[in-house]
Amino acid sequence: MRLPPWYLTFPVFVIGLIMLLPLGYLLLKACSASPAEILTSVINQRNLKLFFNTLLLGVAVVIFSTLIASPMAWLTTNSDLKFKPLFTLAGVLPLAVPGYVTAYTLLSLTGFQGQQVLGVNLPNLSGFLGAWIALTFSTFPYLFLNLRSAMFGVNPALSDSARSLGYSEWETAWHVVFPQLRPAFLAGGLLVFLHVLGDFGVVSLMRYETFSYALFSQYMAAFDRTYAAWLALILIAFTCVLLVLEMRILSKNQYRQVGKMQVQPIVPTPLGNWKWITYPILTSVVFGSVVVPTLTVLFWSSRGFNVSVLTKLAEVILQSASVSIITAILATLIALLITYTSIHYPSTFSDIFERLSYIGYAMPPLAFALAWVFLSLHGFSLIYQTFWLLIVAYVLHFLAEAIGPVRSALLQIPNHLEEAARSLGSSPLAAFLRTTVPLLRNGLIVSFAFVFLATMKELPITSLLSPIGFDTLALRLWSHAEEAMFVEAAPYALVLIVVSLLFVSTILFKESEVA
Amino acid sequence: MKRKFKVILTIISACVLINVVKAADELVIYSGRSKSLVEPIIKKFEQENTIKVNVKYGNTAQLALTLMEEGNKSPADLFWAQDGGALGVISKNKQFTLLPPETLSLVPKKFQGASNQDWIATSIRARVIAYATEHLQAKDVPSSVFDLTAPKWEGRVGWAPRNASFQSFVTGMRVLVGEEKTESWLRAMKDNKTKNYPKNTPIIQALAAGEIHLGLPNHYYLLRFKKSNAKFPVEQKFFQSGDPGNLVNVAGIGVLKTSQHPKMAQKLVNYLLSAKAQQYFSSQVFEYAVTDETIPNPQLLPLDELVKQSPSIDLGQLDDTEGTLKLLQRVGLL
Repeated sequence: MRLPPWYLTFPVFVIGLIMLLPLGYLLLKACSASPAEILTSVINQRNLKLFFNTLLLGVAVVIFSTLIASPMAWLTTNSDLKFKPLFTLAGVLPLAVPGYVTAYTLLSLTGFQGQQVLGVNLPNLSGFLGAWIALTFSTFPYLFLNLRSAMFGVNPALSDSARSLGYSEWETAWHVVFPQLRPAFLAGGLLVFLHVLGDFGVVSLMRYETFSYALFSQYMAAFDRTYAAWLALILIAFTCVLLVLEMRILSKNQYRQVGKMQVQPIVPTPLGNWKWITYPILTSVVFGSVVVPTLTVLFWSSRGFNVSVLTKLAEVILQSASVSIITAILATLIALLITYTSIHYPSTFSDIFERLSYIGYAMPPLAFALAWVFLSLHGFSLIYQTFWLLIVAYVLHFLAEAIGPVRSALLQIPNHLEEAARSLGSSPLAAFLRTTVPLLRNGLIVSFAFVFLATMKELPITSLLSPIGFDTLALRLWSHAEEAMFVEAAPYALVLIVVSLLFVSTILFKESEVA
Repeated sequence: MKRKFKVILTIISACVLINVVKAADELVIYSGRSKSLVEPIIKKFEQENTIKVNVKYGNTAQLALTLMEEGNKSPADLFWAQDGGALGVISKNKQFTLLPPETLSLVPKKFQGASNQDWIATSIRARVIAYATEHLQAKDVPSSVFDLTAPKWEGRVGWAPRNASFQSFVTGMRVLVGEEKTESWLRAMKDNKTKNYPKNTPIIQALAAGEIHLGLPNHYYLLRFKKSNAKFPVEQKFFQSGDPGNLVNVAGIGVLKTSQHPKMAQKLVNYLLSAKAQQYFSSQVFEYAVTDETIPNPQLLPLDELVKQSPSIDLGQLDDTEGTLKLLQRVGLL
């Protein structure tokens, strides 16, 4: 085992420690109750039911998302599918739509509201089914983009050799291609699951009780920070179990290339007769993820569009986009630093610090934001309610979304390339910049996109930690939606979707041109 | 490569520059009332008094939690909340200062923090019974909230147990008819298959959809739906006079002890109680004014009529949210 140099160890260590601070806050709050109170509030039948509900929804959403995302990722990278950009866009768009908007659009297409829009009276979606559909449509992109970037990195030469050595197509896929995609599957699936764990908007609109739903109502209705802290800790413990499981699976399967890295262009597989079912299925996904939200929002906009709503819009867009850009850049860089350390200098230390990044994501946003109110006022009061605290909180919260894509991209790069560059006289930094970074492009871009989109639509952290007078598209949207002013809210939803899309699609397509 | 770094650096610095906000030595409000309702009236106040006001918008409960977390380090001057419960919590936490008698005298005693005299209502909303007009007529609607447990209404009523206004209503019922009667009413409602909704808006939508036929929302949600669609198939009315189902709740404001500008803060409180501001709440926001100097909104009852319809209760007694939550948890509604 080689020890990482200090310039990697030190920042990784510091970031890990900062990540642990909010956890310390939760423990502090949690321990202010008497042991007997704790016992009755933590171990009871209701928590068991919440646990089961949460688990069921998480597993169901991960399965459904995998069924949508994997064929879509393969089709948009490896087949002769037409309109690839459109279908890729369909796999990204849902990330631009806040969960409560997705749920709301689904709800507004059923029942009485739906009758107004569609002219058909569909039964009202709600409960498990509603939450399952809404969450799948809003989270499958995490898997889709992770897989897509990994598929670009799969070396076709390996599959060719496998076939030439007598493997059938299926055997090649199973034994050669799938293992290379495993880190992407795990990272994407984990994100989807964690997203379900933390979701509040969708489950509350669909009236399906999960852990975070209970936690939220504890804070919001009871102002009970002690019990809420316990629920948050249970949620984090749950996450830790998942993380350990993922780590076990990953460490058993280390796939690194030893030979020459050849960036070969992918030869598109012809779809043949499969196209007759491919296009209709993909079209229905596009319908669900692009057409429905956009049309619903357009419909509401058309119901009384008011230009005065859009005053100061430019400023709000700038503020929204600028914090999101900075957050996304910082999170991607830190994710690169952390995963680079853990992959090139594998040790228990680096593994643990990589896993720590998920703590910020696993913490319910409201608890996370309150922790930072407390921590900043009692430690760094100068940054309280400034732009900087907001950025710090965003980066720590969304870091986990950036880890997956960078990690699976790094795993596909042979590390002796960099060593070769160094042995030829390059400094470590130059070697890294010239050999590894160019090969990492896809991964970095996807990480950036994840964090950018998540930040654009974030609510609780933004509303508690932002500087006074700071305004984002999501805050404006929420302010109207909260008061049932859908007509007034619609333009903001539309602008949020359009800005996010323009931004992310530009980057994604630049990337696929190169690849 | 170098050029790319330059581009990225330029983007980053541009992003930072956009957001370097000036140091704020102006009035700071934490508002649990949403921007769409608050901004117009705050703008008027700024223009008329040349005082710069900065508002931090958020959810009432989240802001109350933030204030509790901030304690004596809070940068806020005022807390403007959407419901009495949150004001009660901050008042109990001893974070508000006393309001002067001349301010308190503007509003009926019923609508202020009576025990501590440290917050005051700025507008009122009422609980009502809403009904789906495609299924029921006004005369079919029961005259007391206690009649909703009749077998006739099985599975036909909707409520929002997690909604703060609903919880205040339950707290009010506990004060009015006692703990036991409230609990048995809640249990009977649950057994009668009353449907749970996350908040008021979905209740109105479910009524329109015919999913339920009766609902227990606040009065103004329906008025907003009607604004964009006059034919919306839902109507609403009060139960009989004094029924717990007609409870009123307040939006209210208090000045924080941490305020750097207590005089300016007090000025804003008085402005919100002026005829101009009160008129705005009643004609634009569809809420009831708390002073009687306004021209009544034809869709609303006059203030004295509302006082008559609403049950006799001291809103200061509505701060036992925790007891209500324990009750709702015991019954299995939370």
